[in-house]
Amino acid sequence: MSYCREDGKDRIIFVTKEDHEAPSNAELIADDPNDPYEEQGLILPDGGINWNCPCLGGMASGPCGTQFKEAFSCFHYSKEEVKGSECIDKFRSMQECMQRFPELYPQEDDKEESAPAGSSASDSDSSPTASEESPETLPPTDEQTAS
Amino acid sequence: MLKCRTVWRKLAPLAKCSSTLCRQNVRRTGLNNGRTPVCVPAARMSTGPVGGGGDNLKYALLVGAVSAGGLLYAVVTMKSDQRRYKERMEELSTRPQKTSITEQTQSEPPAVPEDQPAAAPSIEETSSPAEAEAPKEETAPEVTDTPPADEPVLEVSPEEAAAAVPVVEEEPLVSSEPPPSELSEPPPVVESVVLAEPAAAEPPAAEPPEPQPEVLVESVVDSTPVSLKLPSHAPYLLIGGGTASFAAARSIRARDPGAKVLIVTDEPDLPYMRPPLSKELWFSDDPAVTETLRFKQWNGKERSIYFQPPSFYIRPEDLEGAENGGVAVLNNRKVVYMDVRGNKVKLDDDTEISYDKCLIATGGIPRNLQVIERAGEDVMKKTTLFRKIEDFKSLDKVSRNVKSVTIIGGGFLGSELACALGRRSTESGLEVIQMFPEKGNMGKVLPEYLSNWTTEKVKTEGVKVLTEALVKSVNCKDDKLEIRLKDGRVVTTDHIVAAVGLEPNVDLAKSAGLEVDSDFGGYRVNAELQARSNIWVAGDAACFYDIRLGRRRVEHHDHAVVSGRLAGENMTGASKPYWHQSMFWSDLGPDVGYEAIGIVDSSLPTVGVFAKATAKDTPKAATEKSGTGIRSESETEDTAVSPVASDTPSPAAEHKDDFGKGVIFYLRDKVVVGIILWNVFNRMPIARKIIKDGEEHADLNEVAKLFNIHED
Repeated sequence: MSYCREDGKDRIIFVTKEDHEAPSNAELIADDPNDPYEEQGLILPDGGINWNCPCLGGMASGPCGTQFKEAFSCFHYSKEEVKGSECIDKFRSMQECMQRFPELYPQEDDKEESAPAGSSASDSDSSPTASEESPETLPPTDEQTAS
Repeated sequence: MLKCRTVWRKLAPLAKCSSTLCRQNVRRTGLNNGRTPVCVPAARMSTGPVGGGGDNLKYALLVGAVSAGGLLYAVVTMKSDQRRYKERMEELSTRPQKTSITEQTQSEPPAVPEDQPAAAPSIEETSSPAEAEAPKEETAPEVTDTPPADEPVLEVSPEEAAAAVPVVEEEPLVSSEPPPSELSEPPPVVESVVLAEPAAAEPPAAEPPEPQPEVLVESVVDSTPVSLKLPSHAPYLLIGGGTASFAAARSIRARDPGAKVLIVTDEPDLPYMRPPLSKELWFSDDPAVTETLRFKQWNGKERSIYFQPPSFYIRPEDLEGAENGGVAVLNNRKVVYMDVRGNKVKLDDDTEISYDKCLIATGGIPRNLQVIERAGEDVMKKTTLFRKIEDFKSLDKVSRNVKSVTIIGGGFLGSELACALGRRSTESGLEVIQMFPEKGNMGKVLPEYLSNWTTEKVKTEGVKVLTEALVKSVNCKDDKLEIRLKDGRVVTTDHIVAAVGLEPNVDLAKSAGLEVDSDFGGYRVNAELQARSNIWVAGDAACFYDIRLGRRRVEHHDHAVVSGRLAGENMTGASKPYWHQSMFWSDLGPDVGYEAIGIVDSSLPTVGVFAKATAKDTPKAATEKSGTGIRSESETEDTAVSPVASDTPSPAAEHKDDFGKGVIFYLRDKVVVGIILWNVFNRMPIARKIIKDGEEHADLNEVAKLFNIHED
């Protein structure tokens, strides 16, 4: 059973698991998905890409940022049957750029290419794991705390 | 400018006359179409007067007045240019680069005779070759020594000469000497390159001083194969090279394609993160950790404290020419003066850099105790003010060589360092003492019961904790430090670490005319982190308006990231207020850890809801589960990280205490303004939501249910 005690201005409540089993009746205000102030995820409400998303790490801001943005944008807006099939050249130039900075972009090229594929919320089973791993390994140094 | 007005006054009546004349003529020609216009004589000279005889005089007067006015203006400007030039020369000549001087004095005399034929014949020579006295603003011909620099510069001189032709004034246009030190530069001498920029050729047409370095920059760059030139203009200038600055740089680069960002910092290091300096780096097994500055996160992954390796950045010299822009870091330079009207700053080596948008992220410097400062050099030598990489290195070294170290301060930094050093004490026999005026560790943050519990924990880490300790004096005796407390206790130790707060760095407030907040310190900025039109402030130094929680100044890592990122967004046109609440965390050993958000001040009334902790509820387990090393990353980078599910292999820690895990709400006028998640992890989004709503909740136990504290 829960019990409560007061320590001056501070109140302390001890609760057991059973006490907290009933769902909460605390009311939270519904979030507006289009709130311009809120931090947005990777895809903006208008369908565009949020290059400032922490999930991208430093990909869009590094020395190969331009190439990355071009490749990823091409992929994102691609309407081909095989999504991104017309973007091969852009991905290639991105890869070439990244090869020039092995410190920043450790050479895991296959994963690199599937990374944008995975993180743009597409659906093949293999890519989520690949995408989840690669930005992480991408630059181990390139983590920025974010919230 | 006044001269212009007087000139105009002179000319106005003449102008009116001539314009009416013109109009009359036009009308007449229009009306008399077909007939021979009487007043347009056929055989007049093109430069002759339009109207009749009396008009001749008026016309002549007009021309004369205009040219006189123009000349007057030119003379005045040149004189003031001379003056400025002279001052600049004097300034520069006091610089240590005197080596170039002797070379240049020699190159001068031959240059001088060349000048004279170039000058307009009517100009007199006013000074003798040997004199350095009358600096000429037309130093252009001097630079004929460096062939590529010839052209832009020689073009200027004939123009100048032409303008001065009608009247022979005593413009010492060409002939006088430049002061020996600075003008023509032997190309390979790099220092003189830097000097030559501001020195040579103040353009005669009275341009403001700034463009000159740029003009010369181009000519100089052509002549010197190795250009060690700093950019004179940076579209985005970030003052300070810490977390906030780096976050802003990243944000700017993400949003403005091809942005050129220049970070100016007085530290010798590239941007790095601070939390590991008082936590993870101390727990590293690597003996070379002070060099590599790499730490192992709980999930086994290693990373450096630097945000990015050096290859991420470009050199400042390459910034202007970089096609896709980039981030350049200028180390070991301090910004000493800020000219807000002119949109430029001055560094401690007199370089001027102009900007379009500027961020001030200067952070702060650790405070010191007055008693220590007054105690003299001996005591100061044995005291560490902990903040930077070099402080970490020196404290690491000290802690291996002394027998006893005392930490003064019971807040985040002090407690974390005490725990870290306390760990070491078990191996090395180092005595670690921590003293502070409060009743318990984190006394200003945690409610009393929790603060006491925490203090006990810190003691189990091997630290001798002295509470309610006010330092009265410190003396150095027999190579040991003697700390005398107000209540009479005396502590003898070898080294002191002072962790008594941070003084925000507002050095630029005066020159920039920026407001400083008297309550919280730091630059006062609005909700969008803006101080003035093109100036933003982020990080520890920013006292900003939080729409939800009011005006505050926050000294945490995540806030530096969030505010830096927001400032970067606003510098690229976003106009967003501070809205996403930053969080902070602290670990006091592997068993006690908490995350917090909002205003967490122990003077506020609190409500704490606790459950019994199991072995799985430790910071170690939390990071293992989420696969990240730094906790604030775990919430937003969860798209990028695969959860590594693992059970804690360690034996269950015995939590005899009541406060194993729980949630503590901090209330202000019955609204929750701060939340601490005590040994409960990965629930920060819920906490953030509750604070954002800002609602009055009748029963906080119900709110606590949202956190599922009994689950993992």
